[in-house]
Amino acid sequence: MVLQSSLKHCLHLSCILRTPKVGFRSTATGGFIIQSTSNDVYQNLAVEDWIHDNMNLENQQVLFLWRNSPTVVIGRHQNPWQECNVRLLRQKNIKLARRRSGGGTVYHDLGNINLTFFTTRKKYERMENLKLVVRALKALRPQLDVHVTDRYDILLDRHYKISGTAAKLGRTAAYHHCTLLCNADKLVLSSALKSPYKGIKSNATPSVPASVKNLFDKDPSLTCEMLLDAIAEEYSTQHQIDHHITLINPADETVLPGINNKTKELQTWEWVYGKTPKFSVSTCFNMVYKDSVLDVKVNMEVKNGRIEICNIDLPRQWLPPELCSELVKSLTGSKFCPNETTTLAATLLRVCPQDAELQSRWNLLCENMVTLM
Amino acid sequence: VCIHRVRSSSGVCFIKSKYVCMFDKSALKFSRQHRLFRTSAVSCGQIVQFKLSDIGEGITEVTVKEWYIKEGDSVSQFDSICEVQSDKASVTITSRYDGIIRKLHYNLDEIAFVGKPLVDIEIDASKGVAPEEDVVETPPMSHEEHTHQEIKGHKTLATPAVRRLAMENNIKLSEVVGTGKDNRILKEDILNYLAKQTGAILPPSPKAEIIPPLPKSETVPAATKDQARKIPVPVSRPIVFSGKDKTEPITGFQKAMVKTMNAALKIPHFGYCDEIDLTQLVQLREELKSLAQIRGVKLSFMPFFIKAASLGLLQYPILNASLDESCQNVTYKASHNIGVAMDTEQGLIVPNVKNVQVCSVFEIASELNRLQSLGSAGQLGTSDLSGGTFTLSNIGTIGGTYAKPVILPPEVAIGALGKIQILPRFNGKGEVFKAQIMNVSWSADHRIIDGATMARFSNLWKSYLENPASMLLDLK
Repeated sequence: MVLQSSLKHCLHLSCILRTPKVGFRSTATGGFIIQSTSNDVYQNLAVEDWIHDNMNLENQQVLFLWRNSPTVVIGRHQNPWQECNVRLLRQKNIKLARRRSGGGTVYHDLGNINLTFFTTRKKYERMENLKLVVRALKALRPQLDVHVTDRYDILLDRHYKISGTAAKLGRTAAYHHCTLLCNADKLVLSSALKSPYKGIKSNATPSVPASVKNLFDKDPSLTCEMLLDAIAEEYSTQHQIDHHITLINPADETVLPGINNKTKELQTWEWVYGKTPKFSVSTCFNMVYKDSVLDVKVNMEVKNGRIEICNIDLPRQWLPPELCSELVKSLTGSKFCPNETTTLAATLLRVCPQDAELQSRWNLLCENMVTLM
Repeated sequence: VCIHRVRSSSGVCFIKSKYVCMFDKSALKFSRQHRLFRTSAVSCGQIVQFKLSDIGEGITEVTVKEWYIKEGDSVSQFDSICEVQSDKASVTITSRYDGIIRKLHYNLDEIAFVGKPLVDIEIDASKGVAPEEDVVETPPMSHEEHTHQEIKGHKTLATPAVRRLAMENNIKLSEVVGTGKDNRILKEDILNYLAKQTGAILPPSPKAEIIPPLPKSETVPAATKDQARKIPVPVSRPIVFSGKDKTEPITGFQKAMVKTMNAALKIPHFGYCDEIDLTQLVQLREELKSLAQIRGVKLSFMPFFIKAASLGLLQYPILNASLDESCQNVTYKASHNIGVAMDTEQGLIVPNVKNVQVCSVFEIASELNRLQSLGSAGQLGTSDLSGGTFTLSNIGTIGGTYAKPVILPPEVAIGALGKIQILPRFNGKGEVFKAQIMNVSWSADHRIIDGATMARFSNLWKSYLENPASMLLDLK
C-alpha cells in the first residue's frame, strides 16, 4: 500500500471535522480542541493513536479532552500484576488498559479528566503544557496552591498529587497526556491499585506511589466540566484560537477511518497482557484440606504473558505425580490467565481416574494456582 | 557517473552514484556538535551505523524496552525498530534506511545513549536510490530535511519521503510541478499528479486501492480522462500473492480441546437422531417467560431440555455412567450434572448444572444464567467446569439441523440440538399444520450402551418435550 503512508500526512482537518469554524490554518500557531463523547478507555486511547498516526500537526496543535468509566491504565512497559489487583478489577468490572505512552499506572473514573497535547515531535514540551494547566487552575481558583514538579507531577498544597504525566514520541509527531483528579473515588482507586501478587520479579517500569487528593476535597464547588472549560480557555488563549470545543465520536469511521481497528487492538489480550515484559513469579501458598495445611511452592517464568517455565512443589503423593507433571506440561506455553488455567485443569481432570477425593484435591490446587493470576 | 567529494564538519566521504547529492550549504550553518553528515556509497552491502537521534528535552540516555526487529531482519525506511523509554516518555525509533539489520548494540533494559549507534544496517544496494544523509537531528534544526537532486540538469527539491513515494509509483520528479517553497515538490503534488493520471479521487481510507497510472496520452487528454472515470483498466501484470503460511504453537484452550478429543477418539461412538415437535413447548415457554423475568431470570428452552434429560436418565441410568480406564467397571453416577456446551471468545467450554435431578426448571434456568455470565466474562471456576456426567450442546442457536457430536470423557453420551424450524407436518386428522421442529442428534459409547437403550431414552425425552404436561407426572 504505497499511497497509504503518504495519505497519512495529508489528512487535513476538513476531512476529519465537519465544522468549518475552527480557524487554524491562517495562524502560525494554530490549534484546536476536541472532546470525546465516549467514556470507553479503549476508544479514547484509539483516538490518541489515530491522531498520532494520521494527522499532520505541522501548523497546528491539538488538545484532546476525555474521561473514562472506571478503568486502570498501565504504562506501555508495565506489569499489570505488579501494578494493580487484576482479580479485583475482573470482579468489579473495572477495565484494564495498556496505553502506548510510558510512565506509571493510574486509575480513571468519571471524576478524573484526561488531557492530551498533540504536537510535532520538535514542539514536544511537557513543562509548558503542565504550566498551562496550572495557569488554568489558578485562573479558576486563585487561592489553589498547585504547582508542577520536575517529575512532571502537579501537586496540591505541595504534597498531594493531583496529576500524573506520560508521553509518546513517534517519528514526526508526539503527544503528552496527563490526568487531573477532580472527584474520583479514592477508595476504589486505592484498592484497585494495590497489588496482592507476591514474589514477582521483573524489569517492568515500576510506578511510584503517591498520596493523592481530589481538587474537590479542597474546593467542593469544582466540577470536571469547570476544569475542562478552564483548561480549554487557557489553551485557546495561548494558541490564539477560538474557545471552541469540537465533540468527536470515537466510533465514527467516517470521521476517523480505521479507528475501530485501533480500538480492537487495544482490547486484545495480546496487547493488554501479552506486552508485559518478561517476569518471574516465585511464591508459596497454604492450602487447607480437611485436617491438614499444605505448603505449595510455585515458580514460574512468564514471557509475553505466557508461562514459559512452570514448577509446582507439592507435598509428596498428595496428588499423583503423573497428573502434576501433566498440569505443568499443559500450563507451559499457556497464557498466564485464570480462565485458561481453569479450563486446562478441568480438561485434564476428564482424562484421569474418576475419584471424588482426587477431584476435590485437584480443584483445590487449581483454585489456588488461579489466585496467582 | 560523477564522483563528488563533499567535505562535512566531521569527515570526508565519497559518493558514487547516478545522481549527484549536494548539500544545501545553509543547512550546515546549524549547530554542529550533533551534526554528522555522511552519505553512503551505493555499493553492495555497506554497513551504516544508525545512531539514536535526539529525544528532546535535553535527554541523553534512554532504556531500550522492546526490539521490534532482530539481527538478520530486513527493514524498510520508516519501519519501527525499537521502543525506548525515558522518564515517562515512550519513544518509537523508526528506521532511516532500507536494508538488513546486522547488529543490535543494546540488549533489553540496557541504557542507550543519544548520538551513539543503536543498530547497524546493511544498506540494500539493489534499490538504486542513494540513501539519505545520516543526520542526527537537534530541535533547533529545520525539520525539512531536503536534498537537491540533479536530474537532467535541474535541481529538484524534495524530501526523502517524497522522493521514495515518487520512486515507488514510477513517477519522475522532473514531471511533477512543485508547489512548495522554492518549487519544492510536496507529497500533495505527487498525489495530485497521480490523481490526474488515473482520474480517481483518492479516498482517505487506509484501505485505498492502488490504481496504477494509465499510460500517458498527450494527444487525447479528454478521452483518457473519460476512460479513467470508468473502471480503470488494470495493467496486466503477473498475479503475485504475497500471503505466507503462519505456524504457531497450540496452547491454552486449543490444547485442552486436543487433549479431550484425543481421549474421545478411544470411545466407539454410535449416533441416533430424531425430530422433536416443540409446538407445545414453544407456547408454554412464551407463557412462562414473563413470570421468570419477574423473578429476574431469563428463560430459554435449555432448562426444559435439561430437566427432561434428567427425567430420562432416571429411567436409563446407564447413560449417566462412566466406564473406567480398563473397561472393567461401570460407575453409575448418582448426580445428574448436565453439561451445557458454551461458545466463548476463547473457544468451547462446558460448564455443568449440578444435581439437576433435584432442581426445578426455574432453578436450572437461574443456574444457567449464572454460568452464562461467568462464561462470557471468562470467570468460570474449576468446580463449574468439572464433574459433568452428561452433556447437551445447543448448536442450533448458531444453526444446523443434524450433527455428530463427540462424547466428552469420562461421560458416555451427548446430545446436539439443532435449530427450531417451522415446518409443515400432518396432525392426527391428516391435516397440514405449522409445527416447530427441532432435530436432536445423540452420540453414545457403544461399549456399554446399545442402540435400543439410546432410542428408548430419546423417545422418552421426546415425549416429555412434545407434551410438556406429562413432565408434571414424573417431576420430583
